Amino acid sequence: MSSRHVNTAEATQTDATARSETELAELTRARKRVSPRSVLRTLRHHPLGLAGGLLLVLVVGFCLLGPLLYRTNQADVDLLNAALPPGPGHPLGTDPNGFDVLGRLMEGGKVSLQIGLLAALFATTIGTVYGAVAGLAGGILDGFLMRVVDILLSVPFLFFVLILSARFHANAVSLSLVIGGFSWLVSARLVRGEVLTLRVREFVLAARVMGASRRRLILTHLIPNALGVIIVNITFQVADAVLAVAALGFLGFGLTYPTADWGSQLASGATYISADRWWLIYPVGGCIVLTVLALNLLADALRDAVGRRAD
Amino acid sequence: MFDKPDERHLGFVSQYRRVAKEMESGTVRTSDGFENAREPADGGRVLTIRDLSVEIRRGDRVVHPVSGVNLALDRGQTLGIVGETGSGKSMTGLAIMGMLPAGGRVTGGSIDFRGTELAGLPAARYRAIRGNDIAMVFQDSMTALNPTRRIGEQVAEPVRLHHRASKRAARTRAAELLALVGIPRPAERMDDYPHQLSGGMRQRVMIAMALVCEPQVVIADEPTTALDVSIQAEILDLLDELRSRLGMSMILVTHDMGVIARHADQVAVMYAGRVAETGPTPALFGHTRHRYTHALLASIPSLTHDRREKLFSIPGAPPDLAVPHAGCPFAPRCAAATDLCREGRPTLSEEEGGHTHACWHPVSGPTVRAHQTPATAPPPTASPVLLPERQTTPRLRVVDLRREYPVGGRGLLGGRRTVKAVSGVSFEVAAGETFGLVGESGCGKSSLGRMLVALDRPTSGEVIFDGAPVTRMSSRELGPRRAQMQMMFQDSNASLDPRMRIGAILREPMAIQGIGRRAERTARARELLRDVGLPLSVLERYPHELSGGQRQRVGLARALALDPKVLVADEPVSALDVSIRSQVLNLMQRVQRERELSSVVISHDLAVVRYLADRVGVMYLGKLVETGTTEEVYGATAHPYTAGLLAAVPEADPGAPLPRAGTRVRGELPSPIDPPSGCRFRTRCALATEVCAAAEPALTTVAGTHQVACHHPLRSGAGQPVELTAR
Repeated sequence: MSSRHVNTAEATQTDATARSETELAELTRARKRVSPRSVLRTLRHHPLGLAGGLLLVLVVGFCLLGPLLYRTNQADVDLLNAALPPGPGHPLGTDPNGFDVLGRLMEGGKVSLQIGLLAALFATTIGTVYGAVAGLAGGILDGFLMRVVDILLSVPFLFFVLILSARFHANAVSLSLVIGGFSWLVSARLVRGEVLTLRVREFVLAARVMGASRRRLILTHLIPNALGVIIVNITFQVADAVLAVAALGFLGFGLTYPTADWGSQLASGATYISADRWWLIYPVGGCIVLTVLALNLLADALRDAVGRRAD
Repeated sequence: MFDKPDERHLGFVSQYRRVAKEMESGTVRTSDGFENAREPADGGRVLTIRDLSVEIRRGDRVVHPVSGVNLALDRGQTLGIVGETGSGKSMTGLAIMGMLPAGGRVTGGSIDFRGTELAGLPAARYRAIRGNDIAMVFQDSMTALNPTRRIGEQVAEPVRLHHRASKRAARTRAAELLALVGIPRPAERMDDYPHQLSGGMRQRVMIAMALVCEPQVVIADEPTTALDVSIQAEILDLLDELRSRLGMSMILVTHDMGVIARHADQVAVMYAGRVAETGPTPALFGHTRHRYTHALLASIPSLTHDRREKLFSIPGAPPDLAVPHAGCPFAPRCAAATDLCREGRPTLSEEEGGHTHACWHPVSGPTVRAHQTPATAPPPTASPVLLPERQTTPRLRVVDLRREYPVGGRGLLGGRRTVKAVSGVSFEVAAGETFGLVGESGCGKSSLGRMLVALDRPTSGEVIFDGAPVTRMSSRELGPRRAQMQMMFQDSNASLDPRMRIGAILREPMAIQGIGRRAERTARARELLRDVGLPLSVLERYPHELSGGQRQRVGLARALALDPKVLVADEPVSALDVSIRSQVLNLMQRVQRERELSSVVISHDLAVVRYLADRVGVMYLGKLVETGTTEEVYGATAHPYTAGLLAAVPEADPGAPLPRAGTRVRGELPSPIDPPSGCRFRTRCALATEVCAAAEPALTTVAGTHQVACHHPLRSGAGQPVELTAR
């Protein structure tokens, strides 16, 4: 290199390093990264996802705030006003027990959403820890843990629930545990896959070089970085769990009277299908479809925001 | 290897689509034998770019990667466009091809290709030109070739599309082209899939694909960045030769000043989307005018740079192209900048011979090249780096280290097949000494590095640290030991947890080792940041908010947090741009000296190792072939492989003498599953004889600490050079 190169170099270096201290910070460039704000930004450019989000807010508002504004008696049977078609006082009519259908929808929705959310959280927590352990351990332990998942996945869900319901009385918590107990398998596989790619990333190697324990690797590096995928998965799982509750309720394995969920409401309506009592079927069916649709649209948009495939 | 981190995200789909798009059918030429279809050469200008501006819109962000670029390409010439990441060099190439990424468009100026205006040309007419008159060679041949189609079909495709050639004619043409680009037995290889070829061969296939329609302009976008230095030289020479044989013009887009100096006739230096300086290669290198070009050339560690001199480095990082800036874009980083530079955009001034520059305060006079020690000079008597007295026990000792990875499938005799990544390497590193490991990709240097810090266990052999064998420790014993052996990684983007703030990243090593309280750890983190020259405000930021150079500084600071005795740096600067690279190199050298660190620097870049290391080991296929002090290995090279590597490094000086024929390393790296018998290098060595195949050479002393494993060393025991072509 030239002598002047070097001479100017030395002069430059001293006064430039001083300047660079402050300027270095300003000259940094923005890079794409998943943050709550970037997720919101992506949602804004994703009309379907936005629609899903708004719809979900409406559904949740309907189920949780609705009963406060629209008070109905959902405790006492009123056979005098049984099976009334929609009309004044009962916008969606009443069911064969005389309960107001609109009020019953709100009650049932609350229970369904609660079970869905609880089941999804339960499933994701177990699945995440299980998958992370399997993915990080590798080798024989990983093989064993994942074969267990394969075996459990081959057990038919309804068959299993049928046996359980014959022995136990279902309530909201036990039902969500059962549903969650079946759906953690999918998140375990998902998180394991994510961990397999994360664990060879250099920041995990760097932590290993520092002497980090497995526990630390999982809690501070692997799970936080898999969080985007996990959140997307939770959303899908809530939708699945809502459907599962409905299916169980419809088949009569769900919650028992007087607690109501959308599935059992639909089942009782279905017996009157030939009696042309449409208000017992369509409103509750519509609620299930809309809730699941809203969750799926939102999850799709979140997945785009996270930028990775999650199913 | 990856000089352009942003482009790695393109992945297979987009690159492949680009190639496919390039080949979409054109209907303009109805051909009666495509060789005759071309009009006669008319000489002169082929491509003229005037005031070209490009913008890319991504959501709410509008980036201006190219603004007001003027370029001209003459028939039969090579125009080199050189610049750092984000300088707009690749975008200029893509704009000519009409293949800007989604959201990108030409906002102004013209691209005149032999009288046809390309800016705003309808898609159908563009398709007729693309791949036919203007073709492109992409950087990454792994992603730019379709993995599911045979290479013969892929090379034949443009001819079928553009010239409506019959299947048989196109196939014959493809075979011709594959022969032309130096693929042995092209008729057989045509039915291979891309994954069956090596990286160098795939790059040749890409070139064949670009040339099959005999384009008038070939745009080569970083054609050799993904390749090893010995193969890079072959590919660039091939491109040069084909250009002159076929009478094409070429635009060579690269970040490497050395490649430009050797292979371009005209050079355009780009910075922040603008052309800073352009002119004929000898004039631009000999009479450098623009301050940026000048600083860039000074910050490249070369094989002749005097190691006693600190490397020049440009402070700061390139500007954000989404924010409009007045004045000279280089002004914030320029030593000679005045208020004029910050306020007014410099106008283009022209000197004789078409040498233009856009600088308010140009450097005057010819560029003097001083401080060069000829490559063959004897080692200086006073070693620039103080070598500590040899201690009785070195700090780090590696004894006959081997690592074999099992691969799927079994060998002929039913034995499990293994990749021999490291096959018996021994060396020692004293306290305060820096040992450099050089070699091409696949030589086992990274596997070795991982074993040094106990990220991986060897198949056999030992790593002995301060007298204790690290390789035999249980993970419990290893835990506290780890504090003393730290590693610096290649890709700072990947080695910092994206979800942690810099403060947490720097505290983590101490938290893991249970050192100090939180407040003490924070104080230590501040101290570390000061040491590596970063402002304290960085503590609260996330890695993605920092530039590449800043992140690599954080990576170094984290490795130093535990005050290690041994630091292993695996390709510490290869992901960084030239102007940032020298900042980090200077910092590393300072830290090594101040802290009495024993470090092992692993790199494929011979100049980087030369700058940092006191002693050097050259690795080939899992073995050390030459080792000695830096002066010995670089100044009095004894192994033909080392000599070949050194000859293949392009110097950023068009006047540098070309390497003699025969010194180059030929061909491709043999498979590490079945390494050649005897000397592993014999299959690529110009000096190989029968004895090389029969017996494996042992490391023997040439002079002092200089050892070489070769039957025909270039230097005998007395240190006398041996004529290379004698045998």
